[in-house]
Amino acid sequence: MKSDTGHDVVTAVIAMIVFTLLLGVVYPFFVEGASQVAFPGAANGSKVYVNGRLVGSRLIGQSFGTPVLEKDGKAKEEKGAVVTEADPRYFQTRPSATEGGADNAAASTFSNRGPNSVKTREADEENIKAYMELNTAANRQPYDPALTVAKIPVDAVNTSASGLDPEISEANAHIQAYRIAALRHLSLATVDSLIGKYTSGRGLGFSGEPGVNVLELNLALDRGHIRRSPGSGGAGA
Amino acid sequence: MTFTGWLTIVLFAAVLTALAFPLGSYMAAVYSGRRVFLSPLLGAPERFLYRLIRADPSKQQDWKAYAKSLLLFSLAGWLLLYLILRTQDAFFVPHLLNPQGFHSGTWNVTFNTTSSFMTNTNWQYYSGEVSMSYLSQMIGLTVQNWLSAGVGIVVAVALIRGIVGRSGKSLGNFWQDLVRTILYVLAPISVVAALVLVSQGVIDNFASYLTVHTITGLTQSIAMGPVASQEAIKELGTNGGGFFNVNSAHPFENPTQFTNFFEMLLVLIVPAALIFTYGRMTGNRRQGYAIYGAVMLMFLGAVVVAYIAEAHGSPAQHAAGLHTGAISGSGGGNMEGKEQRFGIAGSALFDVITTVTSCGAVNSALESFTGIGGAVPFANLSASEVIFGGVGTGLYSILLYVLLAVFIGGLMVGRTPEWLGKKIEAREIKLAGLGILITPLAALFCTAMATATKAGVASISENALSKAGANTPQGFSETFYAYLSQANNNGSAFAGYTGYLAPSAGNLGAHGITFADLLGGFDMVFARYAPILFALAVAGSLAGKRISPAGLGTMRTDNPTFVVLLIGVIVLVGALTFFPALLLGPIVQGLTGHLY
Repeated sequence: MKSDTGHDVVTAVIAMIVFTLLLGVVYPFFVEGASQVAFPGAANGSKVYVNGRLVGSRLIGQSFGTPVLEKDGKAKEEKGAVVTEADPRYFQTRPSATEGGADNAAASTFSNRGPNSVKTREADEENIKAYMELNTAANRQPYDPALTVAKIPVDAVNTSASGLDPEISEANAHIQAYRIAALRHLSLATVDSLIGKYTSGRGLGFSGEPGVNVLELNLALDRGHIRRSPGSGGAGA
Repeated sequence: MTFTGWLTIVLFAAVLTALAFPLGSYMAAVYSGRRVFLSPLLGAPERFLYRLIRADPSKQQDWKAYAKSLLLFSLAGWLLLYLILRTQDAFFVPHLLNPQGFHSGTWNVTFNTTSSFMTNTNWQYYSGEVSMSYLSQMIGLTVQNWLSAGVGIVVAVALIRGIVGRSGKSLGNFWQDLVRTILYVLAPISVVAALVLVSQGVIDNFASYLTVHTITGLTQSIAMGPVASQEAIKELGTNGGGFFNVNSAHPFENPTQFTNFFEMLLVLIVPAALIFTYGRMTGNRRQGYAIYGAVMLMFLGAVVVAYIAEAHGSPAQHAAGLHTGAISGSGGGNMEGKEQRFGIAGSALFDVITTVTSCGAVNSALESFTGIGGAVPFANLSASEVIFGGVGTGLYSILLYVLLAVFIGGLMVGRTPEWLGKKIEAREIKLAGLGILITPLAALFCTAMATATKAGVASISENALSKAGANTPQGFSETFYAYLSQANNNGSAFAGYTGYLAPSAGNLGAHGITFADLLGGFDMVFARYAPILFALAVAGSLAGKRISPAGLGTMRTDNPTFVVLLIGVIVLVGALTFFPALLLGPIVQGLTGHLY
């Protein structure tokens, strides 16, 4: 019985080392190597370039804001993060609960706010106010004449799970389209058709919700929407 | 609620069953030592592995020898993982595999993490992308993703052998079962799944974090890493420890609607298949169908409740004036802590799947679920992970419940209870009863400790306190969920609850909350290995019994009556144990519109 236990200990230790090499070195390096050969674009983060400059990942949401400047011209900071305000000429992503600024892709996090919390209600109210202000023109009329608080889609107000949601709902995009059309002097139909172009379907035709990829849509706006070959949008150079 | 939402749920159940059935037959062949289609390819590596680790696969082990090998192997794994995590920044770690220069974990949180990954829990007080090097993720965490899954599966196989054994006390050979599980079951699926995930956008590289200059003049840093290889085994082995902090909600772990569906299948495929394996190995497939029917009914019930509750929206949303119904172009519902691409149905279904199994890899924030929606994960955990359950753990746990149901059924008709021709006696019932009650006991004891002490309350998040700083039902939910999840080796969280404070990225100046780290660590280890020992002891006790032919008075365990009895026993045990605690947290929130 004694020697049996001794033998078991030896086997346990060797097995641990062997499995660590097999499953912790061979397996991950094999998957990495095969991915780099077969799907290099996806394996490296679905990067998006504009004129050779890395502007983001197709899959990672980002903030389309501009830094708020202090009187001395420097970017204003709070808690080590640059304070930004939404740039109304671009579609805006969903609210994000990440620290160190919205859409911090180096530290994803949930808000962890509860369903019956006063803090959740206050955060929602704040986001509603910001959304209404962003989508209201200088003449105090909303760009979308039908827009009221009850019409705001929930995804535009509730923070996403990852804090990095790259997509918004179609309803959210169509409300923002009025603003974009007005500020960029485009027809509403043009903007709406562009939204349709960057809307994902449901997986396998039934799974999940359709969403509009905000980065691809904004890049298409900047490129000028007219007569680009379909599908070239945002795929990177 | 939408039509496509319901369709997703129905189709998921159908596809799962269609895939699990053949896999179950395949696994039965593997564990019975029959040739399978992969034998020509894997036979030689298998024999080579036995020689390498000096194991004799032909040596038969009784339950004590089997348990001893299992415990020694787990102990070796614990020590190695602890060492790896504590030497993350040592001189011998190549820069390529720690490009962000992360420091080693503190002793207390590393104790928790090590216990967590060894026990298939994957409870995470740390946040992956701000504290774990690529090397730790690969040779530490990924390896335990495989091995803890393997250990769970072999216990289930050993228990089946005990139930059907006709002579002697042998339960098989631990090393043979482990090697076969890894080579024949987990490896082929995992490699293919990892590549499928990459094709959809899950990353897999060793690059340092990207720096992006956005079109509006901001900079964004994007975390990278060898994600896909870990992601595949994380789901397949019902481990659930995310590479990134937000786990399967992260677009680099779960980028599309398709990957969401695919990952849900990966989580449930092995637990579902094992039930069919059980039917096959007992020689009466209907035994498997009965259990499958019982767990599928409970599973679908949980999904329906969660989906309806989340689609309804939360009191906080309604108080803020939001309209939460589905409208054209938006699915509506409680989207706090949910991703647009998954929507309400894809989030509710994923989180039910991840909490009925011992996976715990959420794709949305459980803490932000509505009171009733959040009560569903609680209920799933309260059923002690038998609704499919973790790989292996689910089957051996529900088989203990089957034993209990047979016993209760026997009492009701006044005959000596028999199960598959074997007499159930006092010894088996005592062992099964203890095996069933250990987990709830650990969960409730730890919750009580953490609620009653100042050191425990320190872990509650600021968001779960009222504005005046008082504790709320949310704070209790967080605490209760933490110890319930760790006791069930699940690992999902009401994630505000914390045992680790990292003021800046890279572990610099980080410190663990010793009380929560240690209590949780012991909770996980105790509630993992005690039931395993009881399950193996039951197997050993049953193995030597003679099989008597079924008579007129034998209660059948493969018909709808038994399905109802089994569900009744599971619900009754869970409800009696946990109802008082559940009332204080999620239920009180679900029944009021009151804001705290």
